[in-house]
Amino acid sequence: MNDTLTHVFLDAFLINNFVLCVFLGMCSFLGISGKFSTAWRMGVSVMFVITVSSVLSYAMNLLLVGVHAEYLRIITYIIIIAATVQLTEMFIKKMSPALFRELGVYLPLITTNCAVLAVPLFQTSRGYNLVQSTVFAVAASGGYCLALVLLSMVRERVDLSDVSSLAKGTALTLVLAAILSLAFMGFAGMGNGA
Amino acid sequence: MSDAVACHGAAKSTPDHFFRDGLWKQNPVFVHVLGMCPTLAITNSVRNALCMGLATTFVLVVSDGLISAMRKMIPKQVRIATYIAIIATAVTVVDYLVKAININVYKALGAYIPLIVSNCIVLERPEAFAGKNPVVPSILDALGTGFGFAFALTCLGTVREVLGAGTFLGFPLFGSSFEPWVLFLLPPGGFISLAIWLLAFSSFRQWRAKQRSAQAAIEVAPAVEVGS
Repeated sequence: MNDTLTHVFLDAFLINNFVLCVFLGMCSFLGISGKFSTAWRMGVSVMFVITVSSVLSYAMNLLLVGVHAEYLRIITYIIIIAATVQLTEMFIKKMSPALFRELGVYLPLITTNCAVLAVPLFQTSRGYNLVQSTVFAVAASGGYCLALVLLSMVRERVDLSDVSSLAKGTALTLVLAAILSLAFMGFAGMGNGA
Repeated sequence: MSDAVACHGAAKSTPDHFFRDGLWKQNPVFVHVLGMCPTLAITNSVRNALCMGLATTFVLVVSDGLISAMRKMIPKQVRIATYIAIIATAVTVVDYLVKAININVYKALGAYIPLIVSNCIVLERPEAFAGKNPVVPSILDALGTGFGFAFALTCLGTVREVLGAGTFLGFPLFGSSFEPWVLFLLPPGGFISLAIWLLAFSSFRQWRAKQRSAQAAIEVAPAVEVGS
């Protein structure tokens, strides 16, 4: 029951939203959510990286289990992710140089986004098969994208208002994130009914 | 804040410098706002916060020591990839160590132990310090940063455990009539308590800076009078 595809999707997308409920990918969530236009592009790039690296890690994990080298998991996964990020970087540079310039330093930093590493680790520990892993990866990264876009919209509004200089910056962003996170707690009940 | 960033990675001399920097002046969480994921996720109790802080310190010390010992062999172009491979090795060691030492702690920290690999602090120290300095200062720097991280996690964990569960390190603090504020154990509580700590930290800094400039004005004033 807990492993139906709809459940896997809803769980990763809303109920246990990667950013607002499990606290993954915080650095970029707080760092890149200043502008809506950058936020959604970053979200989509992360979605691409997570989905590709999740499928690759699934294949790699089969190989590691085959040769009894599970202790190499963390190293292998991080190398796969670094390679995928490199690939994405080259892809975006070729397809849209403007976007490449806009994302700038944040693009290589996707490597150290813990949401990206967490997806392969979670799918391994939960024993998902290939289809479930892919759905999980799309849902989890979609949830990341959703949270990033929501926060960037709120922050663009808050920028227009007068805030005490003390609270400006990270502290204010954290309070906004807390309110968003409170809202997402409302989804917690969905898991029990399904 | 700006001068704190400016002197980041500058030459340091005595061991206590490293600790003062890591714990206070360059605190990775309160000043640089790095390593947010474990800071928010693992601080729902003081015990978990301390364990996470110590595990990260261990990774920092091992990886920074190795990186600084090998700094002349690592080519500039592939240094980040090399750092990540070394860090991932240290994290694998910690993963198995914690599992062997205490299985309950291992279950409580869950996926966040492997995720130390993608903690920005762990990658930031080699880039800013260990890649350019000898072994002993690098290890001291790693210890200072690690303790600063553990200190910040414990601060956050204290607030969340005391308010959210009414206990400290598992010991009940208040009478049975205390109604725990469960929100602080849940995700929003993490965000709110970190926001409160950051506000407290920056207001304290502002107050100190104001005091200092007032003191400087007092010291300068007589000199001006003499000059005129």
